[in-house]
Amino acid sequence: MSEYTWPDPATRPLLGKRISRVDGPVKASGRAKYTYDYNPNGLLAGKILRCPYAHARIVSIDSSAAEKMAGVKAVKVLQTPGTEIFWAGDEVVAIAAVDESIAEDAIRAIKVQYEVLPHFVSDAEPPQNIAANNGPISRDDFEDMEDNQVPDEQVIAAIKANGISFKPDDKYLKDAQASGVDPHVVETLRSAKYAEAKTSRSPYKKTAVQKQGDPDKAFTSAAAVSEGLYGASCITHCCLETHGMASEWPTDKDLVVHVSTQNLSGIAPQVSEPLGIPAGNIQVLQQYIGGGFGSKFSPDRWGIATAQLSKTAGGKPVKIMLERDSEQKVAGMRPSGFARVKIAADKDGKLVAWESRSWGTGGVGGGGTPPLPYIFEIPNQRKQHIAISTNQGSARAWRAPNHPQAAVITMTAIEDLAAKMNMDPVDLITRNLELSGAREKIYRDELPIAAELMEWKKKWHPRGDKSAGPIKRGLGLSLHTWGGRGHNSDCDLTIHPDGSVEIKMATQDLGTGCRTIITIVAADTLGIPLDNIKLLIGDSRYPVSGASGGSTTSGGVSSSTRRAAVDARDQLFAKVAPALKAQPEELEAVNATVRVKSDPSRSLRWKEACAKIGAMPMTIRGKNPDKSKPPDLTNSGVGGVQMADVSVDTETGIVRVNKMVAVQDCGLVVDVKTAESQVLGALIMGISYALYEEKILDPVTGRMLNPNMEFYRLAGIADIGEMKVHMMTGKGYDERGVIGLAEPPVVSPGAAISNAIANAIGVRVPFLPLTPARVLEALENGDTHATV
Amino acid sequence: MKDDPTHKPETTSGVSRRDFMKISGVGVALPLVLGPKMVEAAGEEVAVHGPGEVPIALTVNGKKLTAQLEPRVTLLDALRDNFDLTGAKRVCDRGVCGACTVLMDGKTVYACAVLAIDAQGKNITTIEGLAKGDALTPVMQAFVAHDAQQCGFCTPGFIVATTHFLEQHPNPDAEDIRRGLSGNYCRCGTYNGIRAVALAKPEGRAS
Repeated sequence: MSEYTWPDPATRPLLGKRISRVDGPVKASGRAKYTYDYNPNGLLAGKILRCPYAHARIVSIDSSAAEKMAGVKAVKVLQTPGTEIFWAGDEVVAIAAVDESIAEDAIRAIKVQYEVLPHFVSDAEPPQNIAANNGPISRDDFEDMEDNQVPDEQVIAAIKANGISFKPDDKYLKDAQASGVDPHVVETLRSAKYAEAKTSRSPYKKTAVQKQGDPDKAFTSAAAVSEGLYGASCITHCCLETHGMASEWPTDKDLVVHVSTQNLSGIAPQVSEPLGIPAGNIQVLQQYIGGGFGSKFSPDRWGIATAQLSKTAGGKPVKIMLERDSEQKVAGMRPSGFARVKIAADKDGKLVAWESRSWGTGGVGGGGTPPLPYIFEIPNQRKQHIAISTNQGSARAWRAPNHPQAAVITMTAIEDLAAKMNMDPVDLITRNLELSGAREKIYRDELPIAAELMEWKKKWHPRGDKSAGPIKRGLGLSLHTWGGRGHNSDCDLTIHPDGSVEIKMATQDLGTGCRTIITIVAADTLGIPLDNIKLLIGDSRYPVSGASGGSTTSGGVSSSTRRAAVDARDQLFAKVAPALKAQPEELEAVNATVRVKSDPSRSLRWKEACAKIGAMPMTIRGKNPDKSKPPDLTNSGVGGVQMADVSVDTETGIVRVNKMVAVQDCGLVVDVKTAESQVLGALIMGISYALYEEKILDPVTGRMLNPNMEFYRLAGIADIGEMKVHMMTGKGYDERGVIGLAEPPVVSPGAAISNAIANAIGVRVPFLPLTPARVLEALENGDTHATV
Repeated sequence: MKDDPTHKPETTSGVSRRDFMKISGVGVALPLVLGPKMVEAAGEEVAVHGPGEVPIALTVNGKKLTAQLEPRVTLLDALRDNFDLTGAKRVCDRGVCGACTVLMDGKTVYACAVLAIDAQGKNITTIEGLAKGDALTPVMQAFVAHDAQQCGFCTPGFIVATTHFLEQHPNPDAEDIRRGLSGNYCRCGTYNGIRAVALAKPEGRAS
């Protein structure tokens, strides 16, 4: 019956306005109950014994002493003797006891013997210690070293010390020399000792070279070429509410879990399989979550363990919340991404060629590949990525997976090229927007707005602040994009005969404003106040809604809610029309009344109108996507521009952010207030990872050196500077429909801040976090990192 | 001498005999042998608590609360696990992040860095004690109005800290805020809103 569209701007009482989040009061009062706060009578405390070694094999486990301790109610071995452990902190034994203190004592009473195996945790430099860990050097190892420009003397030393596991013939050696391998290295290879390869594989996995156009020719004929080294270290999610779950069995067959998750509807299927019970017997609950950022989609081994321990303990509730150190070690990190980049432009500043050799680690699995070059489809390219397998807790999706690394590698290289050409980077980027594809118009709209908010023209200077004194100031910018189409979502909207409205959806509000936008969409559509709607989320027995990942929630829940509300409203109109002596399509719902559009005096108050439903409430299901009915209410593909203004103390290396500007599109903005908060939050998180955050692994022990919050430093309120956010709205944006906003604004801050530092001090600090030590090192090295 | 309260040495972690009598008067009378053992150390008598549970009495939000707790239990864990006051959050658990901020005798403390046994005899105010009933305090209202919260996990600690900060700095400038509210961390990035709250100077602790 209905066309599903968003209402005209003139008829939106709530949509697109500034509305305070609906769960603000319950959070501000401290009454919001998170999974961590679940504390029923008889709750047992669960704890995990973790492997202290980065790579080991479990030889034996003796938990008998722990089992005999008073207060210990269940012990579950999670990984049995013989199992190989690949990172420090991996789970070995879980126990449940009457309180945490006893649980901790019991963990200490468990004896585990390990066979310690060699580990590898290094990623911040191009591969160069391959020989030390992998026996004789394979052809792959050798080529990796060459590709990553390991110094010749190191390559020679490695070959002499370890031998080689391949037999280079004359042709290979000749080709090697022809492709630039140092003659001394070639000679060392020719006379190297052959040895059988060890079975252990190289930690380096190289993708095939991707090539398009003719990069060699393009570099040769280019007007300017810039080379540089760029990247970002591994960071953690550092959710303030650590990962965790509580389980209890009300009967032998029924399981109730409270879990801190971004994926409420997706937990039961993941829990049912390992436990061997039907997913329908599992109820999953969560009202509030203290941060996820991409790390909380799975119940995890410790979550499953709570259900197993609870079963052993006769069904009593068992809760495991990770300790802070475990959270930092194993519960999620963002892969590192580094690259040597060569980039070229013609005399007009048009980008013509790109070459990158990138590498990074995401733990044992190797990690993702950043989409290079970012934003700009440069016509001639050659690129190759090396994924490094390291012995550390595996990567998890971290807001905008792979994009911040890609921005930090690309937008920096572009800025260095602009500096080399003595061009304003805003100018160079503007000249290349035709390479940015579908988002070209958005960037063209946004760049001047950002420049004005930053006063770019007034404040920008060519590279290197020439003013007197040790404090140098500079500006930088970066562009970003993301998809963000709404996920699958079902919404049940019930109108009761007394006029109350209830919405049920098995979704979650990560603090993004999910509750608020669902309520706004329904109230706006039905023409009633926000507090007329009771929203029920956080229970897996409600209609299924997607996981909150990839900025898909806002588009998903707003679309399903809009459809449910439009259909419910129209059905209500059909019931009310005879009383108003009108056709249903002549009615409208505004200001808590249902009335005839052409004659507002013929109206019923909302409550009176709902009384016409009859004795039974009316429930309508709205679905996203609803493929049967165009047009779509959600869309994909946003653009954003960010600029940073920093001061750098060249004597101490300390960077201070003076101001950040973000201009962001996300289609139709449902709530400007929470949308701005989302962007402000991303800028602050971006300052944090740009300047402070790094997951530091000790190459000797393989352990994380800063699994805490004193040395894993987050930005504080003193670090943020002035912030300006501008949301793109109105014509050209609203009609695109609702698009998610969680990922895009967190992509650019690192690159924008890095560029601002380069603009201030005249040299590139290659790697994030841009710590005082790295700033001072870059100043010491001069511009050798930045340009060749 | 042990029975003479006037000779009891000053210790920060001692249950005073008088408090102990009060505790044992609550509910079941506990045998006196559960009192702290006195040992001599460095020429002075000091009380030794534990191992094992000892009676603990806290004054929280104006109410007397008692429990049998091991001396190693922090004020934070006692509040959360024994009295279901879960507004203070356990985040770093070692006195860095401020998510567990409460007031002790009117001053902000990290509840994870105070032992429950040491908090006896002090007036503890948690986020739950700031508001009366369902009404929000002016600072809480300002947090909502300025959207100074996202996931909300750091929010109670920040609100306690901001409430105390504004009592100390009724007219804060940007530098006061930088210094005065640096004891709390937020991961979602709500500092811009919190700064706006502090600059708006909402008045009054009570709702």
